[in-house]
Amino acid sequence: MYAWIWRRLPGPWWMRAITSALAIVVVVLVLFEWVFPEVSALLPFQEQTVTNG
Amino acid sequence: MAITGEVFITAGLILGLFVVWQLFYTDVQSGRTQAAVLDSLSFPEQAGVAASAGVAAGSDVGAPDVVKVIPEALKVYSPQGAPVMPEQAEATTFGALYVPRWGFDYVKPISEGTDRRRVLDPLGIGRYSGTAMPGEVGNFALAGHRTTYGKPFTDIQTLEVGDPLVVQTDAAWYVYRVTEYHIVDPTYMAAIAPTPDFPGVAPTVASITLTTCHPRYSAKQRYIVHGELEYWAPAGQGYPSEIVEGA
Repeated sequence: MYAWIWRRLPGPWWMRAITSALAIVVVVLVLFEWVFPEVSALLPFQEQTVTNG
Repeated sequence: MAITGEVFITAGLILGLFVVWQLFYTDVQSGRTQAAVLDSLSFPEQAGVAASAGVAAGSDVGAPDVVKVIPEALKVYSPQGAPVMPEQAEATTFGALYVPRWGFDYVKPISEGTDRRRVLDPLGIGRYSGTAMPGEVGNFALAGHRTTYGKPFTDIQTLEVGDPLVVQTDAAWYVYRVTEYHIVDPTYMAAIAPTPDFPGVAPTVASITLTTCHPRYSAKQRYIVHGELEYWAPAGQGYPSEIVEGA
């Protein structure tokens, strides 16, 4: 999978490295800002209210 | 086979990232949001000002900064006549909480509602909708995280009977005193009843209740702190001496 992506990236090795680094940053950002907050709210580890449920 | 291995490695990395995000990054994110919310409040005495001014008043270095303390004549030792604001829209920040036991620089915004995604995670302390407002006879009930997301109630176990819990709104200061604390099951709704722990009994005093999870990093139980209004005072006349260091 990763080897396949690497082969598909254009340019010499250093350009591929930069593109990969950028892609990793974008993925982490999306996870931190949007995905993890939503997922965390669904998990039962962090409740601090008293409820009927 | 190679693909399967890479998928597992990726899943492991994402789980690892999630732990890092939950334990560390949520504090950064929410801390930033809550500081910005506090800055945007325009109470007569700016939230947070007392803290820095209090430090200056307590130190003997440099020119003595005089922090105006609410004169005794303006304190009303009863919920009688206390300004009670109407219930706000969800996620609206309407007050600030000062807890000197957690440091004279401790000040956190109080917002409406207890929905995690909309209120408790980003904004910190949330009010149980339908409970009393600050100063109102009944139970002003608040929830907050014990760990992560800026963890407003992280040191709740250090609160002792008699400790002041000071609430600031646009109209007034409300100084509550801790009366008791206990650890209960998550379904113990009586904690936020108008008369704390006695559901169905008509309230006669203005109470405050803090709820958070217990033990830390767990959701097995809830740590509950109750308090009662000692006095209130109109805003714009100085700070309650309780939150001014050295006063």
